Amino acid sequence: MSDATHQSQAEPSWLSRNKLAVAPWIFLIPALIFFAIYVVIPIFESLWLSLYEWNGLYDADGNSTATWVGFQNYVKLWDDPNFWTSLRNNIAWLILYMLAVPLGLFIALFLNQTVTGMRFYKSMFFFPFVISQVVVGLIFGWFYNPDFGVVGTVWKAIFCEETTNILGNVTFTCSRPAPDILSSPEWATYGIIAAGLWPQIAYCMILYLTGLNNVASDQIEAARLDGAKGWKMLWYVVVPQLKPATFIAIVVTVIGALRSFDMIAIMTQGGPFGSTNVLSHYMYEVAISEYGERYGYGSSVATVLFGIMLIFISYFLWQMYQEEKGGR
Amino acid sequence: MFLNVKTAVAAIALSAMAGSAFARDLVINFDDLNPGPKQGFEDAVELFKSENPDINVIVNINDREAHKTAIRNFLTADAPDVTSWYPGNRMAPFVDAGLFQPVDDVWADNGFNEDLAAIKATMSRDGKIWGVPYSYYQWGIYYRKDIFDILELEEPGTWDELLAACGKMKENGVTPFTIGTKFLWTAAGVFDYINLRTNGYDVHNALTAGEIKYTDPRIRATFANWETLINECGFVDNHASMSWQDAIAPFANGDAAMYVMGNFSVDGYKNAGLTEDQIDFMPFPTIDAAIPPAEEAPADAFFIPTNAKNVEDAKKFLAFVARPDVQTQWNKTIGQLPINSKADISDDKFIQEGFALLNAATGLAQFYDRDAPAAMAKAGMEGFQEFMLDTSKVDAILERLDTVQEEVYK
Repeated sequence: MSDATHQSQAEPSWLSRNKLAVAPWIFLIPALIFFAIYVVIPIFESLWLSLYEWNGLYDADGNSTATWVGFQNYVKLWDDPNFWTSLRNNIAWLILYMLAVPLGLFIALFLNQTVTGMRFYKSMFFFPFVISQVVVGLIFGWFYNPDFGVVGTVWKAIFCEETTNILGNVTFTCSRPAPDILSSPEWATYGIIAAGLWPQIAYCMILYLTGLNNVASDQIEAARLDGAKGWKMLWYVVVPQLKPATFIAIVVTVIGALRSFDMIAIMTQGGPFGSTNVLSHYMYEVAISEYGERYGYGSSVATVLFGIMLIFISYFLWQMYQEEKGGR
Repeated sequence: MFLNVKTAVAAIALSAMAGSAFARDLVINFDDLNPGPKQGFEDAVELFKSENPDINVIVNINDREAHKTAIRNFLTADAPDVTSWYPGNRMAPFVDAGLFQPVDDVWADNGFNEDLAAIKATMSRDGKIWGVPYSYYQWGIYYRKDIFDILELEEPGTWDELLAACGKMKENGVTPFTIGTKFLWTAAGVFDYINLRTNGYDVHNALTAGEIKYTDPRIRATFANWETLINECGFVDNHASMSWQDAIAPFANGDAAMYVMGNFSVDGYKNAGLTEDQIDFMPFPTIDAAIPPAEEAPADAFFIPTNAKNVEDAKKFLAFVARPDVQTQWNKTIGQLPINSKADISDDKFIQEGFALLNAATGLAQFYDRDAPAAMAKAGMEGFQEFMLDTSKVDAILERLDTVQEEVYK
């Protein structure tokens, strides 16, 4: 025993010599294992699966029934009008979702003042972000409903008159039919995006509110002494100081737009006839839903979505890396 | 010492085997949690238990939608001895993957080949029979009898009579048909019926089996008739944003007079406040008198997974569920029709009419989304919905369906 201590004193073990280098890895191991199991390995599995045709079933002995088809799934994607509709909708989401950033900023500026009850107003504005996306989808689904929703009720008040039908029950006859936003192939996507913007604006707002706390008041004062006010003050003094908040707001909005799924699943299930699908929902539809069962094809859709996300995510990571280098 | 251990192990193994042989577990997975169907199933299981006291029946009842997902796992991972599922093309993926086992012997031993003859083709694939059905129900037109009486209309028996009746309804401010196509399959019911009446059962099967194209003149004729129905009769506005339950509202309010639906919807009408005197049932009118009548009658059935542990008792249960007295009682509880031709039916008027209708039918279709493979059914039903919203797109829709068809059935 004493001999061993003596020896280690004379010649420190490998572990104690490299303590500083090894310690972070030891702490990282649990996270790395989970990250590998739940993120990294599934990514490669999904890439691999996209080269197969598979209905998701194993035979009685537990062997997969998949057959190798190479890149055929991707060839099929190219000719699949539903895929292009989904991609177009994804782009619409991406562009229109960006509105959440400036709108969030303006609400944050508006709320960044000291008035009695401000905390209450802030929490009211933040509310849609706290409730589940599913609930938001349901609420907007009812809101748009042409029969009993707000849209329908307002429309009835303007264009319809109350009559009685053949059985003497109350009914409405309208000079023009109420707009059925979620069943219209042209408008349904925009209807869903509008619903999605509501919580997203709240999210951006909270990011900007925290950012506004860190705006240096001496710079504002200096700018004020120099005669800056209104838009100029905002654009040249406040917004540049909010750059970190803006960066995060854009990142979460881009990613939120690309992985929009819940709202679509709740409000239209991709309908009418697939016109509100986005890639993530289309993937679900062809692979996992009741009428899907094409796991290989679904994986190829997922791969395309992954590729698109990868472009954005690598850009953001690179940007953050540059930022950190500059900061040092 | 060594010998002792060996005998002990052998004794334990023997007793374990003996134990399992005496217990005879029979695991049954069922897929309906709604009060009626659950009651019907549980009553049947109770009867089975009392007739077979030596079998230990274990029942798992799941929600219908959850079951559709779960079955894909449990057939491989942890197979029950009996599971409920749907016949027609819905069973095809499992049959093809070798996950169900054929039950031809159950049919032969119990005389089902005669008693269940009407459904035999639907239960078969690759020349073998894969399950035993316990219930089915009819589709047709449910209509507001009180509105028909006010307008002095009779049940239209032919296409022209239907169009004439629609004209009279529209003159009086009644929308002829209600429907909710949000979940697509309701539109397939209308398509199936117009197709069955325009071209007959064989064309329905050939289409869902991928043997004829959607641009075939016969299918075009179906769509032309559908267009006539949309223009001269018409469906409620906003149908694409309604579920089938939502679509009951205009029907219950008297804004719409007819509904192409399955018999399970009767409960919905009654819950919406309609009485039996206000609603009635009629078969979908004839379009071409030369076409023999065929009806939609989706069936529910039981299957034995390949990995079932207790096949012998599973077969006993399958033979049990198709017995006339069991089917009579079960279907009385759930308000559907027994398939066994020797079974009796309840005196509910919709069941009576449905029974007469299906007995006169020369063919029973399972419904578009059960007869066609999943990917085709999805694309097809989206096409039907699109067509109902804008009939002028028919050519583009049919050509797209041809492309999907080529892909799905290759």
